[in-house]
Amino acid sequence: MPDSTELTAAQRADLRTVAAMIIPDSSEYKVPGADDPAIQADMLATLGRDTAQVARALDHLAKLAGKPLAELDEVKRDAVAQEFRATGGAPAATLVRVVLQCYYRDDRVLRSLGLELRAPFPKGHVLPDGDWSLLDPVKARGGELRRAP
Amino acid sequence: MKNDPVDVLIIGAGASGAAVAWSLADTKMHILCLDQGGWMNPSEYPSTGRDWEAKFYGEWSSSPNVRKRPEDYPINDDNSPIKVVNYNAVGGSTVMYTAHWPRLHPSDFKVKTLDGVADDWPIDYDSLTPFFEENDRMMGTSGLSGDPLSPLSHPPMPPQPLGLSGPLIGRAMNKLGWHWWPSDTTVATMDYEGRARCINLGHCTPACAQGAKASTDITYWPHAIRAGVELKTHCRVREILTNDEGMATGVVYYDKDGVEQFQPAEVVIVACNGVGTPRLLLNSVSGKFPNGLANSSGLVGKNLMFHPYAQIYGYVAEPTDSNRAPPTCLWSKEWYDTDLSRGFVRGYGVQFVRGAGPVFEAVVSEQKGILPWGKDHHRVFRRLNGHRLGFSAICEDLPEEHNRVTLDPDLKDGHGIPAPKIDYTISENSRKMMDHALARGREVLEAAGATDLCINSPIPWGGWHLLGTARMGTDPDRSVVNEWGRSHDVKNLFIVDGSIFVTSGGVNPTSTIQALALYIADQMKQRLANLFD
Repeated sequence: MPDSTELTAAQRADLRTVAAMIIPDSSEYKVPGADDPAIQADMLATLGRDTAQVARALDHLAKLAGKPLAELDEVKRDAVAQEFRATGGAPAATLVRVVLQCYYRDDRVLRSLGLELRAPFPKGHVLPDGDWSLLDPVKARGGELRRAP
Repeated sequence: MKNDPVDVLIIGAGASGAAVAWSLADTKMHILCLDQGGWMNPSEYPSTGRDWEAKFYGEWSSSPNVRKRPEDYPINDDNSPIKVVNYNAVGGSTVMYTAHWPRLHPSDFKVKTLDGVADDWPIDYDSLTPFFEENDRMMGTSGLSGDPLSPLSHPPMPPQPLGLSGPLIGRAMNKLGWHWWPSDTTVATMDYEGRARCINLGHCTPACAQGAKASTDITYWPHAIRAGVELKTHCRVREILTNDEGMATGVVYYDKDGVEQFQPAEVVIVACNGVGTPRLLLNSVSGKFPNGLANSSGLVGKNLMFHPYAQIYGYVAEPTDSNRAPPTCLWSKEWYDTDLSRGFVRGYGVQFVRGAGPVFEAVVSEQKGILPWGKDHHRVFRRLNGHRLGFSAICEDLPEEHNRVTLDPDLKDGHGIPAPKIDYTISENSRKMMDHALARGREVLEAAGATDLCINSPIPWGGWHLLGTARMGTDPDRSVVNEWGRSHDVKNLFIVDGSIFVTSGGVNPTSTIQALALYIADQMKQRLANLFD
């Protein structure tokens, strides 16, 4: 369904399952998995021009799994996932990228990474000036431009 | 619809079109510029939103084939390992570039004499020196004068801070005894000519919401327009027309409503870059010019040079600047000049990369296989994110006629104009140069303590530098324009963009492209009385 503007219920379920396989939740880092409802909602709401590619990827995934991904046992599911990533081409890469780009803008995730919850503009960032004496050896060594006739 | 004739018609409002328009404005001629794009709105630039990184994969992709804005035209680059990237708007690709600002070296203009390869340019570095300086003032550059291995420049602003990444690179290079220096950039490090200083939004390439990065929509164009130059946007030129005498009479274009128009002009200047310019010339076929305009040499579209980028990067224990700084701040010219003991001729410049944002880091690292799926994902990501250092070699691409731009027989843009097709291969000499660069980059990164080294060679979406497809020269059989940018065949047709490069050097070319445009404008002004002789 390359021209579809939204995913089917079965595709959304598989997307949720595979997203959790890519990034599971972690109590250690206090972050949700990529199957978190808010992150999933972000993915679906912002799929936009990626919808067709993601749908193709999910069709490929469904073909490899033969049934809903969530119904496979863990070993089989992992094997399908590996096969999917190895043979899925650009659609699989797009699906993975969609998962990652939505996950790594979630407030809880950014907070866990120690990143600020804001756009870069207008506050920007402050850079240390750095140690300019590091250039002294370069200046001391010198050199000259190759001469042109 | 009939338009009033103009004295000078410039096609393209990017790096070179803006510079030539501004320079010619003091002639008080009626100058009109047509651009297929429109004015940019900085309030819509990616860094104004939380989803700034995601936009790089869609509407702010560097590839017109991904972006697909109405202002873009498709490019068939299937037969090239390096894909064309550009931007189509007032400002052109200066809206979307890293602002790295080296100049070609004096030796780059004499490669045949010095190294016995390619051809010498018909002009030398000294001819361009005043225009490099003028351009640096107009674009507003920052940097540190005195680099022993680069042409002398006088940036009006101090260099960017070294930040966290700069010292890591500097120490590694010092350990190895290799040259490095703060890059000249067009990032304003202080308030300059109406532009606010850089506040480290962190991703200069896809447009700067602060206006600290120079793009010609905020540098040259306000001055040119105040001086009387007219700029019409969303006007896509289909072809240049000529008369029986073989002189250009004007252009056919589609206006913002898609209506076909004819714009008569006394002089036509093409400034559409190394892909857009040959495309336009090849689309300008007539009985007198059956192989395309200005193409008696058969060289229009040939000798395409990209600069294959050999990139290696890795991860250090210390935090790097990541996305909290302009991406480039240092360069090296250690391997710029020919040393035949390396196994190849010519050389490469290096731009060091400070890091990447979290989404980019995650996406690329997953693709490279160093960021796993599953439970270990979080631990590994925290080790990678904010710890990247990069080494990118800009390898000099020598001209080869089989690397070329032609017209695709099927692909067309939104106005039905045939699209360009790219055929390009990386030469054996370039391959050896890239391998050499990767080996040096590995040494640098290992000296910095980096691990998990990853390679992109070439950077596939790295076709920023579009050069050589309408080369300059004194011999009409071996070049498209003469030594001051005028077509050998059509005496009121000029080309001022990167397509006139004879060789590519090993540095980002925009500074030299603009200096050339200013030089050509100056030559035209000096010859106004006999411009067509």
